[in-house]
Amino acid sequence: MDWEALWLSIKLSSVTVLILIPFAILLSRYLAYHHFTGKSWVEALIMVPLVLPPTVIGYYLLVGLGSQSWLGRLLEELLGHQLVFHFSGLVVASILVNIPFAVQPIQRAFEAVPEDVRDAAACCGMSRMKVLFKIELPMVWPGVLTALVLCFSHVLGEFGVVLMMGGNIAGETKTIAISIYDSVQAFDFASAGQMSLVLLVFAVTVLAFTTSLSRSMGAAHVSRRR
Amino acid sequence: MRKLKGLVALCVASLLLCSGIVSVQAADRDVPAIAAASNIKFALDEIAKQFTKDTGEKVRISYGSSGNFVAQIKHGAPFQMFMSADEKYTDQLALSGATVDEGVLYAIGRLALAAPKSSPLKLDPELSGLKSLLKAGQLQRFAIANPDHAPYGERARELLQNMGLWESIEPQLIYGENVSQAAQFAVSGSTQGGIIALSLAIAPQFQKMGHYQALPAELHAPLYQRMVLTKKAGTTAKAFYAYLQTETARQIFIEFGFGLPDSSTHTESGN
Repeated sequence: MDWEALWLSIKLSSVTVLILIPFAILLSRYLAYHHFTGKSWVEALIMVPLVLPPTVIGYYLLVGLGSQSWLGRLLEELLGHQLVFHFSGLVVASILVNIPFAVQPIQRAFEAVPEDVRDAAACCGMSRMKVLFKIELPMVWPGVLTALVLCFSHVLGEFGVVLMMGGNIAGETKTIAISIYDSVQAFDFASAGQMSLVLLVFAVTVLAFTTSLSRSMGAAHVSRRR
Repeated sequence: MRKLKGLVALCVASLLLCSGIVSVQAADRDVPAIAAASNIKFALDEIAKQFTKDTGEKVRISYGSSGNFVAQIKHGAPFQMFMSADEKYTDQLALSGATVDEGVLYAIGRLALAAPKSSPLKLDPELSGLKSLLKAGQLQRFAIANPDHAPYGERARELLQNMGLWESIEPQLIYGENVSQAAQFAVSGSTQGGIIALSLAIAPQFQKMGHYQALPAELHAPLYQRMVLTKKAGTTAKAFYAYLQTETARQIFIEFGFGLPDSSTHTESGN
């Protein structure tokens, strides 16, 4: 059982979700309430990580952010270290890969907010921020929670991108998924089995918990609105 | 709103936690990251353990495929040392200017014929067991590493070609991404066997599942395994590099079935 790798994965998931979710809330709200030319292109672009193999994304990040690209060199000068083969690089990759998992559920939730509720709020002279925090967020909360859980679990299981651009460095980029792969290659099936079981139990528990939580929250909203 | 405050508190707490971990990690940054071909895993783990015992210094070893490591080091991976399965890869890296010199040979790889304990495949150095199984049409699956980019796969193909078996066995082959995966296929029970690295077959972890027979080294081009220090190498990495050329390390390589370069094949190691 590679606790260091498990801990690293949990840390990666937490940091990714913390950065991604606020950004996803703003982006999905914009997409839900605005129509503009090229919107379907933007939405398609957001969905791309769903259909692309993670190794493709990993390849582009490795080449695009590595020390042989101008962007990679620029970032290295600004940050003092490289993005690839570094924890921060994994965060960038995880954010990119998880955009669809974050935006989709939240956008659907925003779209479900009745227009008259927002109109009423605007008529009361509430500021846009106030409408977001007092009216909309409490209503789209189940969507946000779903996005949060999907992203968190997805980062925990991410493999291809991390393999391509992480470099498998213990304590830095060797996540639990990589550690499982390593254990299997080293014929250490006991350890691989334990880690896989932890991930499986975690995934089922978290999904069951959030499903029930979002259901009860949804129910609370319905009753409050009545 | 109360929920939102709770969430904010949670976020802050986890950020603090994260920064705590980051600073802990920063403290042991002088433990060099070393990239190593996965076929030397068991031997190198042993040597690294001995190195830490003798010197008190630690190394972090990442195992993977040599080709992948070359790509990563070329793009700036922080590895201070690279131990390749084939000198072709260290040569490539040296040409690109990422290493301090062209490195030294640390071991010569050998191939082994391996099979799960329940396999009908009889193991012998002349491969007559494999031939008869093929002739009887009873060989369904046989594992080697991918000959297109894995050195041990390339040599396995060469050996099968030299034995005149390649044409008949090719439809039955399954390819591992690297030789460790091929080894795992070879004893998983889903194949009748495979040709893998002797160093993996010798490991106790392997022996629980399968048995093996070393194959003659004359039947394929030698597997010269070379290591290089990259330009990022620090004191500990350099000490480890030197340690790998000591009698203690050489003895462990021999125990794991490697041949050894004689001292005349050593090139001068850079600073």
